[in-house]
Amino acid sequence: MVQALRRLKESASQTAGPYVHIGLTPNFAGISGVYERDLGTAMVNDKTRGERIRVNIRVIDGAGSPLKDALVEIWQADAAGIYNSPSDLRGSADPNFTGWGRLPTDMTTGECMFETIKPGRVPFFDGRKMAPHLTVWIVARGINIGLHTRMYFSDEETANAEDPVLMRIEQRERVSTLVAPRDGDIYKFDIHLQGINETVFFDI
Amino acid sequence: MTNSRFPANRTPEIGAFFRRDRNWHPPAFTPAYKTSVLRSPQRPLLSLDNTLSELTGPVFGHNILGELDNDLIHNLAGPGESAIGPRILVYGRLFDERGIGVAGALLEVWQANAGGRYRHKKETYLAPLDPNFGGCGRTITGEDGSYCFRTIQPGPYPWPNGPNDWRPAHIHFSIFGHGFAQRLITQMYFEGDPMIWRCPIVRTINDRRAIEGLTATLDMEATIPMDARAYKFDIVLRGRRSTLFENRMEGN
Repeated sequence: MVQALRRLKESASQTAGPYVHIGLTPNFAGISGVYERDLGTAMVNDKTRGERIRVNIRVIDGAGSPLKDALVEIWQADAAGIYNSPSDLRGSADPNFTGWGRLPTDMTTGECMFETIKPGRVPFFDGRKMAPHLTVWIVARGINIGLHTRMYFSDEETANAEDPVLMRIEQRERVSTLVAPRDGDIYKFDIHLQGINETVFFDI
Repeated sequence: MTNSRFPANRTPEIGAFFRRDRNWHPPAFTPAYKTSVLRSPQRPLLSLDNTLSELTGPVFGHNILGELDNDLIHNLAGPGESAIGPRILVYGRLFDERGIGVAGALLEVWQANAGGRYRHKKETYLAPLDPNFGGCGRTITGEDGSYCFRTIQPGPYPWPNGPNDWRPAHIHFSIFGHGFAQRLITQMYFEGDPMIWRCPIVRTINDRRAIEGLTATLDMEATIPMDARAYKFDIVLRGRRSTLFENRMEGN
């Protein structure tokens, strides 16, 4: 026998189910009067620094249909590349930017639209700069454990080409699954859960 | 910097999180839970050590909380009214895998009413709505990771999967840790419920101990006499490495 490590095991994940909105976006689910507003719906205000953008996200299943009951969270740095988090010790983030957004996909169209700013570049753990990106987390009925992915920006070709995370993707044709095309101020990010265009998901 | 999560005498931790044990969590593809079939990624996940994008995470202050946010019996009830059903307290602590309490973490919960009916526009179960029950609540963990909320015990309900599948009584939990990599959604079950082991969603988890870890224990000592019984439910998030001797150079 040897000494025990006495570690605990992480609580096992379970699906968010079809009624995730009741807990996380109750006003959207039609439950008004409990929370003033749904958390994560307002990421920016009038004073937020940086380029205003919109990000349109859909989550598409293996039959090609967008999920109408998914919940999407994004987490991103501010315009200077600083996270609004105590764990970012490099400086103070823009106090007018939360960096975190949460939206349900529309029950008819399957789309959600985040109003945010374009993030700055954040260093990888070896000091190289990552390209601007959003961290994206998806839960829904039928998804047993939340899926982590990233959205990069199509008009950041130079930064994307030297991004240490994108460079880790062995099948180079899959890099494009993480790069959202720009149309005006809207980036459109289609996340494919399965199929020929399956999005790269991370174990991170 | 001082806030509810990191008092002045404590420095935020910045070490990378322990790997997720993917054999402990349910796999993505679990055909007995039919909806997972078309919603499960088929390619391998890309494994990567945490970067700042996952080591950091949003902070929620107590200013977002309303007085009744952790009281589901009353937070949608009319004046002088309360939700119908067995009154319970759910309490416990939020730990990380090192056994350290996780302070200042936002917990959000949602559940069906005592008849097994959710207040949601897409819900069609014939059990009636309770006009005094909404089904959502939230709280923020204390310095030692402790939390508590008051609710009614939800009912089991049938759902379209197999011809006669029923969910055990359960409460959904959404948990933020200190880093976005710790983000977790899970469900709490109740000790002694015979429906647990029949449920295709529970059985997406392959390890019996992991299911037992999601099953709350009746705690008569924490009961409020003549008012509410108590269930203890501890939750564990990913632990993180110490940064004392960390070498973060690429390739090591």
